[in-house]
Amino acid sequence: MYAQEVKSTGQGVKSLEEMEPDERAFQEKINAEIKIEPKDWMPEGYRKTLIRQISQHAHSEIVGQLPEGNWITRAPTLERKAILLAKVQDEAGHGLYLYCAAETLGISRDQMTEQLLSGKAKYSSIFNYPTLTWADIGAIGWLVDGAAIMNQVPLQRCSFGPYSRAMIRVCKEESFHQRQGYDIMMKLCDGTPEQKEMAQDALNRWWEPSLMMFGPPDGDSVHSAQSMAWGIKQNTNDELRQKFVDETVPQAEYLGLTVPDPDVKWNEDRGHYDFGELNWNEFYDVLKGNGPCNKERLDARRKAWDDGEWFRDGLMAHAKKREARKMAAE
Amino acid sequence: MAGDTDKLVRDLALRMGDNALILGQRVSAWCGHAPVLEEDIALANVALDLIGQTKLWLGLAADLGAGANADDVAFLRDARAFRNSLLVEQPNGDYGATLMRQFLFDAWHYPMLNGLKDSADARVAEIAEKSAKEAAYHLERSSDFVVRLGDGSDESRARMQDALDALYPFAGELTTPDETDDALAAAGLAPDLNALGEHYDAYLDRVLSEATLTAPEGAVRKGGKAGLHTEEMGHILADMQWLQRAYPGATW
Repeated sequence: MYAQEVKSTGQGVKSLEEMEPDERAFQEKINAEIKIEPKDWMPEGYRKTLIRQISQHAHSEIVGQLPEGNWITRAPTLERKAILLAKVQDEAGHGLYLYCAAETLGISRDQMTEQLLSGKAKYSSIFNYPTLTWADIGAIGWLVDGAAIMNQVPLQRCSFGPYSRAMIRVCKEESFHQRQGYDIMMKLCDGTPEQKEMAQDALNRWWEPSLMMFGPPDGDSVHSAQSMAWGIKQNTNDELRQKFVDETVPQAEYLGLTVPDPDVKWNEDRGHYDFGELNWNEFYDVLKGNGPCNKERLDARRKAWDDGEWFRDGLMAHAKKREARKMAAE
Repeated sequence: MAGDTDKLVRDLALRMGDNALILGQRVSAWCGHAPVLEEDIALANVALDLIGQTKLWLGLAADLGAGANADDVAFLRDARAFRNSLLVEQPNGDYGATLMRQFLFDAWHYPMLNGLKDSADARVAEIAEKSAKEAAYHLERSSDFVVRLGDGSDESRARMQDALDALYPFAGELTTPDETDDALAAAGLAPDLNALGEHYDAYLDRVLSEATLTAPEGAVRKGGKAGLHTEEMGHILADMQWLQRAYPGATW
């Protein structure tokens, strides 16, 4: 997850015969499923697409701390508080590995941070929705982490070694998060009528944004073909979205909740659930910055960065003093 | 006499547990807002340790009659029943204030837990054994930051001195014994706070001097051990206990 609408910068897919020797060797490696490592030759478009995708993914983890962090101080039991803290901490950890993976491609973490804070770089628009009740913490774990896993499992096989390895670690933790989210939902659905209503309301609000996490329909998704040829992307957006719906609808039924889409029904012929059209205007609108929390999320990240400047500078000043003292003593 | 001992152990468990809970609650509010990503991760670790310790201490207090279970003790008492020191309920402030509060607490918490490892009560000793390892790491971390930021830039030094000026008056409560502390020490259940206080002051002197910071003079502000808190406490509870209070009897 968390990299929707990554436009790859390749010029369309070339055949092996059209390629120069370097590029041909590169493509043959990918075709043979040999990982590309940071020092290997790679086309500029591949590098740029990956920097965009990995940094967008990292930014999503960082901004993703905020909607859930919103409930840490209000978690209803000591156990839930600890689980939520650990989860948000994992997200910060994912952000860290991903920034490191992107750095191997020749961009610094400070540059990426600058791009996030200036609004130039995107992050997953799912995090621009507010967490209004405790059930939202359950719904995010269940649906948002569920969709993330669906997206990330194939990325474990991504052609770029550092990204692939980061995804292997991240996926293990995400599936744990999803189970915890579902566990919150189960507890609510087994609880009082008010708790069950809270759970249904959360599903109503998070369902559609979660389906949009897979990105626009294949017909509208630009440069997907190049990303697939480069082994950056393994499945189309619509394939993954369908897989998510197929997996999630029975889970909602098990909880006794209703998926907020009257068109959801099992299609015997296709062997999949059908589902209704999504409101893509909303998706593009949130992506443009007009979602319910876009401003709050960026403001919070900017404030953390600006307020922390003296702290970072203070540590640098100390390191310099220490170095100078060491030199003087020698 | 077993009844007296149980009451003393319960009081001790509430003091230790409430300190861990309220500080954990404060620290956890930084999650996602720290000055660098590594600090988001490190602070979450500290908060997680403290919440984990809270479960143990308040679980023991519950076993000894403070409530049905650790969660009820944490989420269903009002401010006057909390026994944490005033220091831990002080607001997060800037990152320097958060680190200074942590340092003043850790410098007491670690030797306290170390002493509690020898408690005559096996349940107390067991919790202390586990928690002391975590507290040792917290103290190492917070002391290191106080030194680096105190002896850092002009601005970081000024901020750390401001934080020390604001928070130091609350530190003395940790090492000033009341009747319960004296009884706990006399029964071999907890270390003698007077002796611990000497060690505490010496440790602070050493770290603050390396940090080029000066502890202010003035009266000790206390009351938390008797449930006489600052006005902060009600707001902390309003946030922390909101869901439990809004949906009474629900399980989560």
